[in-house]
Amino acid sequence: MKILVPVKRVLDANVAVRVRPDGSGVELANLKMSMNPFDEIAVEEAIKLKEAGIASEVIAVSIGPVQAADTLRSALAMGADTAILVKTDIAVEPLAVAKILKVLVERQSPDLVIMGKQAIDDDANQTAQMLSALLGWPQAMFASQVTIDGGKATVTREVDGGLETLEMPLPAVISTDLRLNTPRYASLPNVMKAKKKPLEEIEADSLGVSLAPQLKVLNTAEPPARKPGSTVGSVAELVEKLKTEARVL
Amino acid sequence: MSILILAEHDNSALNPATAKAVAALSSLDAPIHVLVAGHDCRSVADETATLAGVDKVLLADNPVFANGLAEPLGDVLLELAPDYSHIAAAATSFGKNVMPRVAALLDVMQVSDITKVVSDTTFERPVYAGGAVQTVEATAEKIVLTIRASAFDEAQRGGNAGVETVSFVPAAPKTTFVSREAARSEGPDLATAKIVVSGGRALGSAEQFNALLGPLAEKLGAALGASRAAVDAGYAPNDWQVGQTGKVVAPDLYIAVGISGAIQHLAGMKNSKVIVAIDKDPDAPIFSVADYGLVADIFEAVPELTKAL
Ligand SMILES: Cc1cc2nc3c(=O)[nH]c(=O)nc-3n(C[C@H](O)[C@H](O)[C@H](O)COP(=O)(O)OP(=O)(O)OC[C@H]3O[C@@H](n4cnc5c(N)ncnc54)[C@H](O)[C@@H]3O)c2cc1C
Ligand SMILES: Nc1ncnc2c1ncn2[C@@H]1O[C@H](COP(=O)(O)O)[C@@H](O)[C@H]1O
Repeated sequence: MKILVPVKRVLDANVAVRVRPDGSGVELANLKMSMNPFDEIAVEEAIKLKEAGIASEVIAVSIGPVQAADTLRSALAMGADTAILVKTDIAVEPLAVAKILKVLVERQSPDLVIMGKQAIDDDANQTAQMLSALLGWPQAMFASQVTIDGGKATVTREVDGGLETLEMPLPAVISTDLRLNTPRYASLPNVMKAKKKPLEEIEADSLGVSLAPQLKVLNTAEPPARKPGSTVGSVAELVEKLKTEARVL
Repeated sequence: MSILILAEHDNSALNPATAKAVAALSSLDAPIHVLVAGHDCRSVADETATLAGVDKVLLADNPVFANGLAEPLGDVLLELAPDYSHIAAAATSFGKNVMPRVAALLDVMQVSDITKVVSDTTFERPVYAGGAVQTVEATAEKIVLTIRASAFDEAQRGGNAGVETVSFVPAAPKTTFVSREAARSEGPDLATAKIVVSGGRALGSAEQFNALLGPLAEKLGAALGASRAAVDAGYAPNDWQVGQTGKVVAPDLYIAVGISGAIQHLAGMKNSKVIVAIDKDPDAPIFSVADYGLVADIFEAVPELTKAL
């Protein structure tokens, strides 16, 4: 069984974002970029399925600039077998990403796509659902537990109000939630080995998918600041202020 | 121009998030239709018809919709789509699951998690865990939206819309629903509570979480929430997580107990009206958004607070 894992290169989760004063976007130059945390969880899940003898091959895919090759090397160092970089300097929207992934799925014929539920830069939470719809494959989003057995996936999902379990035939698209697993750190020997693993490069323009954005970002602004608060010296003072000043009690 | 909103419900009651989605789009001068798709859910359609701003309720009542699976819901929305310029749902786990399918099959981008309606084509939405706010214009002919419920007030009642039946029945999905496990929930719902008490890693165990925060929440009539660290450690159930990838809440009062205030947590609560933070570290970033900060050991301060109320 083959698994395709899309991974996105994003601003590292621990870096504070800075909005450009002219409203043209956020500052990304010279800042630490990493694999989207949900995608690390997807890579980990795929590798675990390989270690369990359920998957035979794990292919990592990224759509982005040449530097996204580093993100793919991280996936290879964790244990993916091969990688595909779909090169473009345009910030590709989720719909176009889903269409590109569909082309790759048709070329690679995986039995399963495991991807992040959300990229922590655009916070769009839509690519996996879109890919599922375009492929006509069943979807299991926000997974916190995945069991693959006899050509079937049983997936527990994190939903408002608790957990939900679905069952579906493969091929299918699964998106990961935070508690699916804890991604491993790549060991130094594995980082070295990853340098020799195959990484194919494809020009995004060659796939017959329109990359032109549909959403025009008119402005990017700092979120409205809260007015400065105060420190209270005791529980009694807190209660007093909540009653008489904030009037919420 | 007319608007179709997908209702969220459990076949017996409408989720308040849908009433907020209705209110959010009421500022656009266009008729609003709400699709109630479910099984034995006539009462939900009748309830929806009383929302101010709703012009028509479409009722699709069929076993295929019983468990809210994304595939058949996407199919029925797609079938109805030709009559509408805007197709929307609240950005809950339910709405997020369904709407991108509709967008993809209409070949349009979804505008996710909007927090403000600027015009019929322009919306504000947070990105980077709320670290920035984008104003985006949707240029395609059809607009697919998910709406952040906490950013809008609920639509008033008092409407009297007609209910029409949708006869389209989608093909049975390949996916089968197995089970749903409801998290323990006493007290008000986290998403809509007026007061939220949230606990972090500092609580140390599920027992202490409950022992310390339970009585406080009860006295305040508050819902309980948690940081990711507290949920990951098993102190609180998954769906109590507040933040970038959990629930986004905006209650009148949010009390953060032993939560450091990582940006991913702030993303879910910093639009609360009044924020109280209790933490022993005076440099904890949570204090930067708190209206009232108390630097103290939670194991002393919280029981004292509960007693003082
Ligand atoms: C992709 C991604 C998504 C994420 N999504 C979310 C999300 O949705 N929600 C979320 O919450 N987090 C999220 N996180 C995690 C987030 O980055 C933080 O790790 C998390 O919020 C920390 O939780 P915490 O504040 O409880 O723990 P900590 O950061 O460990 O803070 C504990 C606090 O308790 C204080 N403390 C300890 N003992 C006491 C005591 N006895 N008395 C008083 N104070 C005490 C400490 O001073 C500290 O400030 C996400 C992270 C990533 C990478
Ligand atoms: N440029 C990209 N390259 C590879 N995978 C991507 C890309 N953009 C999005 N994805 C995948 O889609 C998921 C959801 O992204 P989004 O819909 O943008 O929140 C991510 O977690 C990735 O798995």
